[in-house]
Amino acid sequence: MRDGPQEIFAATKSKPHLMAYPSTKKKRVLPGFGLTLGTSLLFTSLFIMLPLTALVVKAASTSWEQYWGYISDPRAIATYKLTLTCALWATLINISLGFWAAWILARFEFPGRRLLDAIIDLPFALPTAVAGLSLAALTVPAAPIGGYFAQHGIKIAYAIPGIVLAMSFTSFPFVVRTVQPVIEDMEPSAEEGALSLGAGPFTTFFRVLLPQIMPAIFAGGTVAFVRSLGEFGAIVFISGNLPFRTEITALLIFIRIQEYDYVGAAALASVILGFAFVTLIVMNVLQGWHYRRLAPI
Amino acid sequence: MNMSTKIIARAALLGLAFGMTAKAQTTLLNASYDVGREIYAAINTAFVPYWKEKTGQDVRIDQSHAGSSAQAQAILQGLQADVVTFNQVNDVVRLVEGGLIQPDWNTRFPHGASPFYSIHAILVRRGNPKGIKDWDDLTKPGVEIVQVNPKTGGNGRYAVLAYYGYALDKFGGDEAAANDFLKNILANVVIFERGGRAATTAFTERQTGDVLVTFESEVLQLAADPNSPYEAVIPSSSVLSEFPVAVVDHVAGARGTVEIAKGYLEFLYTPSGQEIIAQNFYRPRDADTAARHADRFPPVNAFEVDERFGSAASAQAKFFDNNALVDRLLGEIGARR
Repeated sequence: MRDGPQEIFAATKSKPHLMAYPSTKKKRVLPGFGLTLGTSLLFTSLFIMLPLTALVVKAASTSWEQYWGYISDPRAIATYKLTLTCALWATLINISLGFWAAWILARFEFPGRRLLDAIIDLPFALPTAVAGLSLAALTVPAAPIGGYFAQHGIKIAYAIPGIVLAMSFTSFPFVVRTVQPVIEDMEPSAEEGALSLGAGPFTTFFRVLLPQIMPAIFAGGTVAFVRSLGEFGAIVFISGNLPFRTEITALLIFIRIQEYDYVGAAALASVILGFAFVTLIVMNVLQGWHYRRLAPI
Repeated sequence: MNMSTKIIARAALLGLAFGMTAKAQTTLLNASYDVGREIYAAINTAFVPYWKEKTGQDVRIDQSHAGSSAQAQAILQGLQADVVTFNQVNDVVRLVEGGLIQPDWNTRFPHGASPFYSIHAILVRRGNPKGIKDWDDLTKPGVEIVQVNPKTGGNGRYAVLAYYGYALDKFGGDEAAANDFLKNILANVVIFERGGRAATTAFTERQTGDVLVTFESEVLQLAADPNSPYEAVIPSSSVLSEFPVAVVDHVAGARGTVEIAKGYLEFLYTPSGQEIIAQNFYRPRDADTAARHADRFPPVNAFEVDERFGSAASAQAKFFDNNALVDRLLGEIGARR
């Protein structure tokens, strides 16, 4: 798990362990720079840029007025609000739970640690539709867990909490897997130094440890958030899909495709893509700012 | 779909066709609708010996099930289905427009190429605690309805047409009143499931909602067991749902399966085929078979989509297209919340 998703934020910080861009003709230490760069550029273009370009071209094949009509439809706006709010809640849940899971896995040795470590990745392996169905089965009022919450007037399945639950389930491993290696790699010297200089455990945690972990938390949280924006399979089985109430943008995109309205689908997809892109950029900038602030240490 | 992707798709189709010619006579792929699993599984079991006896040929029928709109889409994108057995005429028309099925498909088999039919009916919990007797009981506040999303499944579209046809009769053709009626029902929907089976699961396994609106075949099957926790409510009038069948000429032609495909669909009209249909709670076309199962299928004022709403296409345009009646009513319901 050495290269977690935090690598995507690498650009803003100078990384001494990376080779500087090799000047031409100079003999490099590692061979194959041209080949590896070429291959990765090719695959990035084919796997990521090509479908995204096709999407943007499709969305752009309409007039500006029509595009605006597609994306500013009140029902579409209701889906953005719902999707963004739920993704935000799911991310907050994942950050809190994911941080503790990562902390426990990285810091403590206990029976069953390796099993827990393996279980963390299960949400990635499970088909999301299965996840949605199982979560719905557990959280309807007729089931024990759902029944407990129903007694307290909280509806989970076929309501907004169900969507949040499905989103956090499918994106949970991101935060753990991003934060865990950072905690494992932290130099004990800083912590020991702080403790020996008289800082209490709380101060040490919040002033010394947390600033080092923060970028990984942000990075993992960002990926989890962006993943939640696009989640479809798990959510449609638990949300109830009521327009203006529990209809997510991904379902509206699916509905447009069912109507053979590919341009409308692409227009809505471009909005979700836009949200994801803006989130990634904002987090990247924050990340850079955080590193600069840390730099003097 | 632009020209170049079409060419690529055709090339892919051709490649697949070549790869499959070696065993072209032995398999048939039937792309069917979501809740068609049981009936076509039973049909397939009976068809294999029937075909063996008739032609000496061994055949294997593969099944693929999903919402019939999704199936049409998959076939347009290259799914190699030899026959389609759908629950919506519209979806066959899509394949005609895509050039995969000849336009005269609905005259090649009797009854508009629909070997059986069903209507839309209501499933309630045992004892019928909300006292549901007919469609107008669904407009009462507090009745929680589970149905298929009319935007994603034919099952849900039929439900809407059943409500609306009933309302037009009730209000003497007053469309404004019928719109209100439909709006009141849609406002009571607690789950718009993606497909028919998912709606059934939500109502039965998840115990959500007071009523499930779906095909009579599904309703009768769930209520058939005397100890069933559900009861069937057959409304006074309902929409007749056709289950159109067609040979996908383009695919069957390329794979050399036209004869088996035709034989397979003709089998549905034979007395043994019709008997299996009735046993699976679909209303048979054959009068003798229908008479034998009269107790199972109470008489109902069943109207056809064409007769009541002009045609499947005009019903689609009036009710289900983007920003058509259903979207507008859902918008008003959304604004009220």
